[in-house]
Amino acid sequence: MASLNTHAAHAQAHDHEHHIHGGPKLYAGILGALLFLTVVTVGASMVDFGGGMINVVIAMLIASLKASLVALFFMHLRWEGKMNAIIFCSTLFFLGLFLIGCYTDNISRPPLEPTNMKVAPAAAGPQQGPRGGQQAPSVGHGQPGAASPSGGGPAIPGASPEGSYGGAATGTAPKPETTH
Amino acid sequence: MNQSITANTHTDHHIDKQGEHHAEHDPRLQHHFATFEQQFDAAKIGMWLFIATEVLMFGGLFVGFALQQAAHPEAFVAAHHHLDKNLGALNTIVLLISSFTAVMAVHSAATNQRKKLILNLVITLICAGIFLVVKYFEYEHKIHEGLLPGAYFSYKGHGSEVPNQFIFFSFYFMMTGLHGIHILVGMGVIGWVLRRAIRGDFDSTYYTPVDLVALYWHLVDLIWIYLFPLLYLIS
Repeated sequence: MASLNTHAAHAQAHDHEHHIHGGPKLYAGILGALLFLTVVTVGASMVDFGGGMINVVIAMLIASLKASLVALFFMHLRWEGKMNAIIFCSTLFFLGLFLIGCYTDNISRPPLEPTNMKVAPAAAGPQQGPRGGQQAPSVGHGQPGAASPSGGGPAIPGASPEGSYGGAATGTAPKPETTH
Repeated sequence: MNQSITANTHTDHHIDKQGEHHAEHDPRLQHHFATFEQQFDAAKIGMWLFIATEVLMFGGLFVGFALQQAAHPEAFVAAHHHLDKNLGALNTIVLLISSFTAVMAVHSAATNQRKKLILNLVITLICAGIFLVVKYFEYEHKIHEGLLPGAYFSYKGHGSEVPNQFIFFSFYFMMTGLHGIHILVGMGVIGWVLRRAIRGDFDSTYYTPVDLVALYWHLVDLIWIYLFPLLYLIS
């Protein structure tokens, strides 16, 4: 749409040291598109497309569309030599590798129960019970199912609502980072 | 390859000229570059390499966020309800407008419009300030409620029964905090370019600092484009 204008501007600007691309009209159009896509993002977040990941994927697709507009027009990648585009795209490629590598590594392990590094187990509220044995340093490593000092929930192996790790593994294998 | 050829021809050219025309040499063109355009392109490649390192630095946080969100979806959904979508959207709009004024500043410099260049830089600076003020009110609210990272999380109010929300706030504060530091640095460099623009350092032959600072500012905008839906709009 605006490419004709751009070419005209380009032709006029040939006597300059730098080639001038874009122009107020094109940039304003891009800004309009970006603002519109922001509204679309907010709107799409209010609709449940079903399935936990679909909403995130849609939000990321719209964000990537916006990012492409910014990179191509505001950052002038569309008009520049290939070198800068190669640098930018290879960065994104390696970021993708990083994400995929970490993700596949992560899903191939048993889930780690997070800790906020608090020593006092009673401080975090009613959900403390299942994690009591893991967070309390007073519970010995060799005593599976030792009563949680917080008393806030079941400490019997297997009775934990958080599944196998929180219950069965409580007394046997606290991860090093959870002990103090 | 092309550039090295021009560089060589320049060296000869330069030696030829050195005796007679040296006084006319524009001090803004460094001696090891043949033309302003070559100098500009070289500086730009350096800036894009810097942008690559920035993307990868934020990338580490994004990857961590993705893994933890996948592991604790309920905690992330519960925690994100404490963020104000409207303020997040407002900041998105403010940053998009500032990105527009940044590219307009570059265009003004490239077309010798000094007044417009200064005006656009000032608007960009104001938008950055608005962003930080909004961010300040968001942070203040969270600190007041105890919605803090890791061990500092002490929120006891509505919705606090969902465990592990502190993970979300660890990411929230590290990601928006690092981004906020980038905004502050951006304001510093925009202020510097503004000072030079007022002094009259830039015209259509030389405006490299304007262009590079604008590139940096677009990167800050680019990161926020992803942060906003990830942090504020989880469902």
